[in-house]
Amino acid sequence: VSTTSIHVPSADPVDDSRSFLSRLRNGDEIARLITFLFAASVVLLTLLLVYELWIASSLPRQKFGLAFFVTKLWDPIAEEFGALTFIYGTVVTAGVALLIAIPLGIGAAIFLAELAPQKVSDPLQFFIDLLAAVPSVIYGVLGVFIVIPLMRTWIAPTLKATLGFLPLFHGPAYGVGFLTAGIVLAIMVIPYIISVSREVLLSVPRDQREAALALGSTRWESTWKVVVPFARTGIMGSIFLALARALGETMAVTMVIGNTPSISSSLFAPGYSIAAVIANEFTEATGDLYLQSLIQLGLVLFLLTFILNGLARLLMLLTAARGSGTGRA
Amino acid sequence: MNARLRWRKLISAFMLTMTGVCAVVAVAVLFFILGYLVFHGGRSINWDFFTKLPTPVGETGGGMANAIVGSAKLLFLASLFGVPIGFFGAIYLAEFSGSKTAFVVRYAADLLNGVPSIVIGIFAYALVVLPFKHFSAYAGGFALGIMMIPITLRSTEEFLLGVPNTLREAAMALGASKWKTIATVIVPAAYRGILTSVLLAFARVAGETAPLLFTAFGNRYWSPGFNQPIESLPHMVYIYAISPYEDWQRQAWAAGLVLLGLILIVNIVARFILARGVAVQRS
Repeated sequence: VSTTSIHVPSADPVDDSRSFLSRLRNGDEIARLITFLFAASVVLLTLLLVYELWIASSLPRQKFGLAFFVTKLWDPIAEEFGALTFIYGTVVTAGVALLIAIPLGIGAAIFLAELAPQKVSDPLQFFIDLLAAVPSVIYGVLGVFIVIPLMRTWIAPTLKATLGFLPLFHGPAYGVGFLTAGIVLAIMVIPYIISVSREVLLSVPRDQREAALALGSTRWESTWKVVVPFARTGIMGSIFLALARALGETMAVTMVIGNTPSISSSLFAPGYSIAAVIANEFTEATGDLYLQSLIQLGLVLFLLTFILNGLARLLMLLTAARGSGTGRA
Repeated sequence: MNARLRWRKLISAFMLTMTGVCAVVAVAVLFFILGYLVFHGGRSINWDFFTKLPTPVGETGGGMANAIVGSAKLLFLASLFGVPIGFFGAIYLAEFSGSKTAFVVRYAADLLNGVPSIVIGIFAYALVVLPFKHFSAYAGGFALGIMMIPITLRSTEEFLLGVPNTLREAAMALGASKWKTIATVIVPAAYRGILTSVLLAFARVAGETAPLLFTAFGNRYWSPGFNQPIESLPHMVYIYAISPYEDWQRQAWAAGLVLLGLILIVNIVARFILARGVAVQRS
């Protein structure tokens, strides 16, 4: 008995290494290693992307420092570069887009999640998903051939006649400009707001609605005062997601914003956005400072979307933790 | 009191109707886009569109054969690069990794997914175009491939995790090694989901223009091999739509219709494949 009791612990490491060898022979360790390399390459690519953007924009960082972000001048010939006009254009177009997209998107999400029976809601959601798959250059084409003429002949004159006293709606309307880009962006981000908000609204527990209705509230009151507030962090998440998309959107904005580096209080005026200036000038950039200034703009765009996406995910996680999934899944 | 109740009910009915209007407006956009493209582009699609090269400025006619082949080449390269990384990475996440490594990989993938496509273009430019000193299909394929990775990875992982644990345990209990379990039981059980993930990633990058602007660059002629600037369908739509020539604009509609048709069909097929599978539940 005593010999076996001595024998057993000494056999343990032997047994372990044998199982490792046998696992190696089975191919488990090899499979693990190979798949690990693929997974690690995702992390490496991401780190490499940040690294490349950072080192490829060192010249303007040294020369202009933080002044890069508050300077309006963008003069490739004099080699003076400031990003303010582009940051302004990006922020204004994204802002206009959200002003239009938030009410429409949340309204549609409420309809899909609260009102429509599943037989109606699911097909509609299918179309929304398809809408999210439409490439941005197609939205750009529609912007060029439909929104721009509409802006010239109908939207701008109507706004001028009704709200013309505001500085926002002053000045000549060329068709291209901040408002046009904002409208096209709004159309593009609405599907994102709808899809995420619908999911969040569906995860609100059923008893919340029932309690509100039992207390005598109307259907709308239970939706607007109980269900939507319950889901508000998740809805905010969908808005941040949409904002990140709107800020980084390139093709559609490039095609309709007018590509004129100017800051104007009028939404009818043509402007420029960060993504658009990169798209237009990158291949024509002569000189390292010019090219690196454009890459620095790309870095700014990257950081903005990085922060917004992080916030969006955080908010959605928070609602997921609260909702605890008693609604329709 | 009664009047107040009636007022509240009126408000309720009105607001609920408005949400319906929002939904209808949102969905109507899709049919509007489709209708407009079919109406304007349908007339311009003919045999020449698929078989001829673009004509010089001022000469009407011609087609986009080079752009169609170019897009196919770029998407081939992108899939070759992006799908294996996404697929095997997902297997690692779902079957092998501990929670800490998994978190890092998922975080990186989500980060990559949120990067604006134009920034991906800059990255591919710095990594592929600069060292070789010229634009190429390789650079464009690389840029699109990077965009395919996070989409493939994250949804493939979801579908792998959706495979019931009992299947894993049954295979292991029969003496199969882990990789054999994965290769013969888990991946086949989730293949519809995986196929859907790959198709959706493919459809997503098929319409991308921004990352190609300074990687694939564009080319009005045939581009033999993979090491030269190459044309793509979305880039052609962009160039032609903003051009001042009516004939080019007409062809932009046609190219847009072909592109959107392709993307929507792939999307619908992908969702159809998934809907027919019952083993994997909706997440």
